[in-house]
Parts: sequence; structure tokens; C-alpha cells
Amino acid sequence: MFFSIAAVGLILVSLYTDWLDPVRSKLGVIAEPFYWVTNIPERIGDWSDDTFSSRQALQEENEALKSELLILQRKLQQMAALAAENVRLRRLLGSSDMLQDNVLVAELVGVSPNPLSHSVVINKGLSDGVYNGQPVLDAFGLMGQVVEVTPGSSRVLLITDSNHALPVQVNRNGVRAIAEGTGHINRLRLRHVSNTTDIREGDLLVSSGLGDRFPVGYPVAEVEKVVRDPGQAFSTVIARPMARLDRSRHLLLVFGKDRGEGRREPAGEAQSELVPEDGAVGEPADD
Amino acid sequence: MIELFGGHNRWLILLALIVALTLAVYPLPLDWRWWRPEFVVLVVLYWVFTLPDHTSLTLVWLLGLAQDLVEGVPLGQNALALVVVTYIALQSYRRVGNYALWQQACWIFLLVGIAQLTGNWVHSLAGGDISGLQFLYPALTSAILWPLCFLGFEALRHRYRIQ
Repeated sequence: MFFSIAAVGLILVSLYTDWLDPVRSKLGVIAEPFYWVTNIPERIGDWSDDTFSSRQALQEENEALKSELLILQRKLQQMAALAAENVRLRRLLGSSDMLQDNVLVAELVGVSPNPLSHSVVINKGLSDGVYNGQPVLDAFGLMGQVVEVTPGSSRVLLITDSNHALPVQVNRNGVRAIAEGTGHINRLRLRHVSNTTDIREGDLLVSSGLGDRFPVGYPVAEVEKVVRDPGQAFSTVIARPMARLDRSRHLLLVFGKDRGEGRREPAGEAQSELVPEDGAVGEPADD
Repeated sequence: MIELFGGHNRWLILLALIVALTLAVYPLPLDWRWWRPEFVVLVVLYWVFTLPDHTSLTLVWLLGLAQDLVEGVPLGQNALALVVVTYIALQSYRRVGNYALWQQACWIFLLVGIAQLTGNWVHSLAGGDISGLQFLYPALTSAILWPLCFLGFEALRHRYRIQ
């Protein structure tokens, strides 16, 4: 009896307050060995890939990576000019410069066993400068934010979790909206979009930076379906996340302007690793 | 769970619990995650049915907290589930001892279902939406796994004379 009341009390406290967060981040250490163990098959797979891959496969991969690098470098050349132009134009407008974000590469070591919550565990924690609320990307778009930090690992809540919502805007015309998770790994829903709003299928939604949590301009989702029912107050807009939420194994932690100071060097190093992961090779998306 | 110290070879119970906790967070494809049996509940139930006089609710509660920390759910969720289930198991172990294996499995279905219910309750308390009776799938798979689990632990217990 006493124990169930204590447990209910704990549940209520941890659901509705953040008093227990420091305790959690201390005690969370005991979770790390479990994720270390469950990650062993992954690591064996990686190791055997490294060890037993044939010379020919490696050469082919090398070729593919080189051609991809070439394509990306060409894009980067344009980017440099565009970024400089952007800075000049923003100065003309009298608004502040956009800063380049610092990133840190992290590896996914575990996923939440609970099918009702979408969260993953990564192998970077307090000792790497990770902080609560930090945005997380993969090579394709925004993935989520850090919700729990322990010294050696942290838990990331994905944008599709039914408790998650983030401010976005349509890349084409700047219409703002709130994208909320639905509990399905490949579906987001836009909240309170009126029937007359200019939003179409295929529109790219990027983070708007409102709310001061996520940086501006990272791709979030692509609009998949717009249903305008005159009988309803708002239209139903369904979008598909750009990030590969259930596939990416290497994630990027973004350090905001005020937070990144202490870790400039390692973060700068990590920037050169900003290359799409695994199967994404060989699609020269020329545009 | 059982008082882990004293008795004979009780450290094996701790080992079984650690394995169960590992299996509880082992990554599964998204669609399969609904069907993961509640390994920790199964292990706890076996040892409560076998050594009811040595059951310590404090340890069960602490184990539940450990499971909460490992799974990253609100603190107390699994602690509540395990304590409630252990309590019911303690009230009923005399009857269950006389059941056939398939009858035990039905009883396990109910107990794991109750454990799942608390998880579902916490989830809806946190504002999540609930999707029908899906939350009972783990109870079903746990019940199916029970005979195997029971026979395996019986063999282990006799082999190492865990008392």
C-alpha cells in the first residue's frame, strides 16, 4: 500500500514538475551499461563491415564518395557566395547577421522501448557539453530535441512524439504554423491552419526559429496532404518528416549562439563530418 | 522480487533480472515494439510464485525505479506496476501453484495486463493519445512466453538449487 502511494506520488511529481530532473540525470548513469550491451550487435556489424569488406567494395564506395564530395563541393562554392550576399543584404536591412551553427556528431545507441513514445538515446552527454533542449538534426532535417542529459548519454525526443510540437514556416512563402507530432513515425500534423492559408502539397516546411528552441531554416517536413473541409474550422495538413527518424544512426547536435562558446574547437572539427549517412550516396540532386 | 542476499545462489535471480532489463530495452523495429513481452514482470512473477516468503516489496519497488530510469519513462511508472502486480501475486500464489501451465498463462495475461494498464494510465496522464486495446499485446505475448519461462526457470532452480 505504502509503496503504491509512493509510486503514484513519484509519477505525479515527475510528470508535472521538474524537481526530479537533477536526480534523474545523476541516476541515469545506471541506464548506460544496458544500452552499451544492447548496442553490441550494431558494433559487431560495424566491425565486421570494416574488417571483411572486399577491396572492390571499398573502391566502389570510395568512388561514390568522391563523386558525392565533388557535387557537394560545387554546391558549397555557390553557398559561400550566397552566404556573403545574404550577410551584405541583411546589413543593408539593418538586421543582425546569421551565425553559422556549431555542431557535434553523436551516435545513436538506443531507442525507447515504449511504442507510445518516440525517443532515442545518443552517446553524447553532459561531459560533451550537451544541454537540455538542445536541437538535434540528421543529415536530412530536424530530428528532435534533448530532453534528458546524463554524464555520458542523453535522450532525444523526436518531433513525431505525440507530446512534441515545434514552430515551422513554409519555405515557399513564409506562412507560419505549428507542427505537432502524431505518434506515427512518418507523420506530423499542422495545427490551426485556416482554410484560406496558402499551403499546398509538396511544400517544404522549415524551422522558423520562433520559440527560441530550434535554429532557423532547417528542413523539418514536406507537406503530404491538405484537406480543406468547409465544415471544419481548420484544414487538416499532414506532413512527412524530412529526417529519417527511424533510420539515421549518426545525428548532429547543434550548439546555439550563446551555448557553443566553450566548445568551439571540437565542434568546428565535427563540421567537416557533415556528410549524408549510409545509403544516401549517389543521388546527385542537382538543382 | 526476492531478498537477494542470503539463501542459496540467489545472485542468479539478480542476473536473470539484469538480462530481463536488457531485453526490455533491446531495440526492435517500430511495428514489433507493441509485441515485446514484459520480461521484467515475468521474472519477478516467477520468483514471487516460487519463493513468496522471501519477497521484499522494497526491492521490487527499487527494481521498478531502475526500470523507469533505463527505459526513460516518468519515474514511478514501472515501480507502481511491479508493486501492484507483486501484491496480487502474493495474495494468489497458493492457488496458482496448483494450476496447470496454461491456466497459469491465463493468470499471467491478467497480471501483465494490469501492469500495462498503469503504463497506459501514466501515458494518458501525460497527455498522450491512447490507441485502443493495443496496450494489451505485451500481455498476450508474455502469457504465450510464460510456459517456456516457467520451465526454463524451474530447470535453472533445480540445477543450482536456488532457495
